[in-house]
Amino acid sequence: MRILVPVKRVVDYNVKVRVKADGSGLDIANVKMSMNPFDEIATEEAIRMKERGVASEVVAVSLGESRCQETLRTALAMGADRAVLVETNVELQPLAVAKLLKAIVAREQPTLVIMGKQAIDDDSNQTAQMLAGLLGWPQATFASRIEIADGWATVQREIDEGLETVRVRLPAVISVDLRLNEPRYASLPNIMKAKKKPLDVLTPEALGVDPTPRLRYLRFEEPPKRKAGIKLGSVKELVDRLKNEAGVLS
Amino acid sequence: MISDEQRLILETARAFARERLAPFAADWEKAGRVPREVLRELGRLGFLGMTVPPQWGGAGADYVSYALALMAIAGGDGATSTIMSVQNAPVNALLLRYGTEAQKRRWLVPLARGEIIGAFALTEPQAGSDASNLRTRAVRRGDRWVIEGSKQFITSGSIASLCVVFAVTDPGAGKKGISAFLVPTDSPGYRVVRVEEKLGQKASDTCALALDGVELGEEALLGREGEGYRIALSALESGRIGVAAQSVGMAEAALEHALTYARERQAFGKPILDHQAVAFRLAEAKAALEAARQLTLHAARLLDAGEPALEAACMAKLVASETAERVCSAAIQTLGGYGYLEDYPVARIWRDVRVCQIYEGTSDIQKLLIARQMGARL
Repeated sequence: MRILVPVKRVVDYNVKVRVKADGSGLDIANVKMSMNPFDEIATEEAIRMKERGVASEVVAVSLGESRCQETLRTALAMGADRAVLVETNVELQPLAVAKLLKAIVAREQPTLVIMGKQAIDDDSNQTAQMLAGLLGWPQATFASRIEIADGWATVQREIDEGLETVRVRLPAVISVDLRLNEPRYASLPNIMKAKKKPLDVLTPEALGVDPTPRLRYLRFEEPPKRKAGIKLGSVKELVDRLKNEAGVLS
Repeated sequence: MISDEQRLILETARAFARERLAPFAADWEKAGRVPREVLRELGRLGFLGMTVPPQWGGAGADYVSYALALMAIAGGDGATSTIMSVQNAPVNALLLRYGTEAQKRRWLVPLARGEIIGAFALTEPQAGSDASNLRTRAVRRGDRWVIEGSKQFITSGSIASLCVVFAVTDPGAGKKGISAFLVPTDSPGYRVVRVEEKLGQKASDTCALALDGVELGEEALLGREGEGYRIALSALESGRIGVAAQSVGMAEAALEHALTYARERQAFGKPILDHQAVAFRLAEAKAALEAARQLTLHAARLLDAGEPALEAACMAKLVASETAERVCSAAIQTLGGYGYLEDYPVARIWRDVRVCQIYEGTSDIQKLLIARQMGARL
């Protein structure tokens, strides 16, 4: 079984981004970029499936500018077998990403697509769902445990009420949540081996996909600064304020 | 500019330092040891055999990667970086260069994988860089060697499985009468006399050793008889690049703590970073440290290219270690009273970095060597 893992290059989670002075976007020139942490978890899970003998090949795919190759090299160093980059300088929105991934699925014929539930830059949480819709495949989102057996995936999902378990027939799209696993460090021997692993570069045109953005950003602004809190003398006073001022208790 | 591999190695090292070292460094200092499991994990990731080829269990990386990784690890914990530094160079480097097939199989493979720790015992109570003054003797008795003597300031002496010991085999031959021996530390007669109490780097053991009639077979001789002095000198470049990288890494960590503090701490109505005296102190520290960093990477690049690297390595070690102490001191100054408390890591980092001006040849020895190289070109 082949697993496809889409990985996105995003601003590193340690970086505090700032809105550009003219409100036209975020100032991310010269900031550290990394693999989307949720995609790192998806990559780890795919590699573990291969190590368990559930999967035979892990293919990482990234979409965007040529520097996304760095993100793919990270996936290869973690243990993915090969990588595909769809290179474009067009700003990619979730629907375009889902269409491009659908074209990659047609090329690669994976049995499972496993990806982060969302990217930590725009936090859309749409791509996996759209991809499943476009492919007509079942989807299981926010996975915190995955078991593959007999052509089915049993997926435990984190939902507001607690944990939910669903079964989906393969091929399927699974999006992963934070608590699924703890991604490994890429070991030095594996980093050295990653150099020799194949990395194919394609274009949206070659895949017959028009990635033009359908949504337009109007303006970016900083969230309002948090105001200082107040200190209260007793729990009684706190309850009183929550009831009568904040209106959050009745 | 660094290559994809170098960047990935640096990223792994930084993540490991941030998650597995930095949060625990203060506790390890108090305990006086780095947990064995942490060293094993460091080994599994390839950091304890970085430049050893894969056929001998290593990662097969270059010295630029080594310097970058050591900077990152030292930023997490100085003591761990010392253990890593000694293991990679001199210990692994010597075995790779002078070891026989059998010696490499027995020692280099487990060392490079980080399954065991190695030590390097040249220094004696009365002989440091002046290695021709060694008194430890190795005497041949039949087909056995018997070693008698004592060694001082031996990093990892109490946690190592293998100790490379230098001993005089021909007292009349001066430097050419020294030989190197691979001593298993479980040999009868190998004794840790004392684990020294130090100013810093407390989680890395520094030992006084006694060799009381340690008996070894012919297979313990590293290189040829009388080749010891040359063997001891052969890993000097990589050893000094290592200490330079450690210095840079520790100082960078201290500077980062100082910067974070200066941005948050308010005085006279604004962050102290907005006061020029503080901003300029940190700017100077940053510039000096970047120069040290580049000098260190330059020496590593020369070594990778097979060019003569001794002078560059000495300069890198001298400049980086001296700069690092000043930067760490500036970091303490930036935190003021808090910098002097153990609540913040800068005091510990300053203690840890101080030895970089001393071990692997003091700053004065580096100057002596640089001057000699300059003189040799006249």
